[in-house]
Amino acid sequence: MLLIKNGRVLDPASKTDEALDIFLDGEKIKEVAPAGRIAAVQGTEVLDASGLIVAPGFIDLHAHLREPGQESSETIETGTRAAARGGFTAVCCMPNTKPVNDNASVTRFILDRAKVAGGVRVWPIGAASVGSKGEAIAEIAAMKQAGMVAVSDDGRPIATAKLARQVMDYCRSLDLPVIEHSEDVSLAAGAVMREGVTSTRLGLRGMPAAAESVCVARDVQLAELTGARLHIAHLSAKASLEQVRWAKSRGLRVTCEVTPHHFTLIDEDVTYDSRFKMNPPLAAREDREALLTGLADGTVDAIATDHAPHEPALKDVEFDRAPFGILGFETALALALEQLVHSGRLPLMRMVELFTTGPARVLGLERKLAAGQPADLTILSPNYTWTYHVKESPSKSRNSPFDGRAFQGAPMATIVAGRVVYRAQ
Amino acid sequence: MTHRFRDLLALEPLTADELSFLLDQSKPFQEIQKHPLKKLATLRGKTVALAFFENSTRTRISFGTAASRLGADTMNLQAEASSLKKGETLLDTAFNLNAMKPDCLVMRHAASGAPSYVAKHLDIPVVNAGDGTHEHPSQGLLDALTIRDRLGTIKDLKVTILGDILHSRVARSNIHLLGKFGCKFTLCGPAMWVPRELEKIAPGTPIRCVYRLEEALEGADVIIMLRVQTERLDDPPLSADDYILLYQLNAERLRRANPNAIVLHPGPINRGIEITPEVADGPQSCVLEQVTNGVAVRMAILYLLISGATETGTHPALEVKPKESANASD
Repeated sequence: MLLIKNGRVLDPASKTDEALDIFLDGEKIKEVAPAGRIAAVQGTEVLDASGLIVAPGFIDLHAHLREPGQESSETIETGTRAAARGGFTAVCCMPNTKPVNDNASVTRFILDRAKVAGGVRVWPIGAASVGSKGEAIAEIAAMKQAGMVAVSDDGRPIATAKLARQVMDYCRSLDLPVIEHSEDVSLAAGAVMREGVTSTRLGLRGMPAAAESVCVARDVQLAELTGARLHIAHLSAKASLEQVRWAKSRGLRVTCEVTPHHFTLIDEDVTYDSRFKMNPPLAAREDREALLTGLADGTVDAIATDHAPHEPALKDVEFDRAPFGILGFETALALALEQLVHSGRLPLMRMVELFTTGPARVLGLERKLAAGQPADLTILSPNYTWTYHVKESPSKSRNSPFDGRAFQGAPMATIVAGRVVYRAQ
Repeated sequence: MTHRFRDLLALEPLTADELSFLLDQSKPFQEIQKHPLKKLATLRGKTVALAFFENSTRTRISFGTAASRLGADTMNLQAEASSLKKGETLLDTAFNLNAMKPDCLVMRHAASGAPSYVAKHLDIPVVNAGDGTHEHPSQGLLDALTIRDRLGTIKDLKVTILGDILHSRVARSNIHLLGKFGCKFTLCGPAMWVPRELEKIAPGTPIRCVYRLEEALEGADVIIMLRVQTERLDDPPLSADDYILLYQLNAERLRRANPNAIVLHPGPINRGIEITPEVADGPQSCVLEQVTNGVAVRMAILYLLISGATETGTHPALEVKPKESANASD
């Protein structure tokens, strides 16, 4: 039993913003009541949240936990510990492991490992096609039965329009979202960053924004054709966002996520330091502006980290050879506060929504602070000042461009199923 | 005024003063190329590591010759002989070379930024001998020296660069050097090789992209040809006949330029493709002077970097940058 007292409760589902106490009993929320109304019975642990925000548990729709197969970069245990420090109570892990999570056995393995890792919930995403090779449709129903929550060939798009159409048809019947890493691979071939003045100046091969938006257009058209739930992963380009806006205006079941690095950094920030190399690459200034607008106006449904650990031996090489991807869990909230809230662009409530009810809706879940709901909570301070030192991360990898950055605001406690899995010192 | 250089990784961050200094320092070494006995003892006992992770003939020989004429010894690493194929990382290869205690590392690599990346981890001077499609600083310097010798100045010239600019590290070094002396650039070639983004790569330097050769040559003082890499003609497929039709520099087209205009080419030349033999061998062509000046410029670079390092025991930085520990695991 845990009583969270004196916090400012922000619950986007009910638009609640008031001083409330929350009483957790076992894995559920037992009671939410005005501050001071709930008496702590004997044996109740009390968590004083004075000056803090109490929010529903954060959900990350997009992460790479690297297990099975690439345990030298991350494991489910180290990844979820980093996620807990980032305030995440649930993490969706992409299927591009070794072997690929394209069957129920791998899905069950991931869930079993998550159980012993303890702490954060792990919600596996299954491959759309066998081996994510874009040929045969994976055993999606069997994976769903094993506990998978969405399908994706992330790391690449579903290879052909025909297969994407078939996967969307099938997933509509199974009521699963299809998460697309929308990228025209021919336009992106060989590219290591976004095409523009900076890529031209640095002599690094760039991919145009159209490498993403051409494929988003394809996928949105197929969502209309099939009626499927389509979710665009790590959307980075203005033109892609316009496709999503158009789809929403047509009433299509299309959603999208944006990463903290895409709403914080731009291609002009890229140097030959491979910690600035990710896919989709950091976009143009005007793309970032469009993303900020989309985050504010509701076109963007969720903030997702695309946490992509790569051990130093792989990542600390020349820019061209380095793999794509950066760490994301532990800086996501701080970057969102910095870029969205402290900058005055978004109300705190909207930011919380992007981490909670937004991603929950993409998965077809409810997320709210009410009696009977799972006791998953994220307690945060919007003001706490700290500096991110990646060497202190529980992650096995160190590939963050935000190492050494000073922040204002951080998760102070992460509670999953009534248990405190992270608490700031 | 004297300047000190820790490394020579790119011309972009250097000031006009620093660039002038490098060109001036090359002058005495130009004289040496005319002597019957060309070997100095300036760097006797010093060792220059030449690490060419990408094929090169003339740049490698030019740096080797420069080192030897300064009295230095060289150690050579060529891509095909390297351990990279055995899976060693670039940094490990660099650390191993460094462990043999050279006084300077001259490095060519197919990845843009690779020399900067290595330089961050080494405490000896690193010279970029061409990195990917980024820069080729010694080529930029030798081109400027050649232009200055022929035209008496590198100030306020109209410079036209022809060919595959997008993939040319030579063009970038030319722009970053000559641009600081008020030169105006016209870039010309097939549109997919001459993207508009090039107009903005050097803020403050006027650069325009045009797609008609005749327009590009109008009134030019300097014409810098780039080699048409035949492998590029395949990706994307582009007809050599089309290239010749639209962009080959021949005597008739050259007449549109300033009558005193000079023609440079970093080599190797594809005679009959980007340039006709008549122009390549004509009085306006500077291609062989460029090669001779290359040795002088590279002698100046090695001299400044190695002796500069010796005199002070440290390397005063033009580019201030933190040295990272070789074993840093973060």
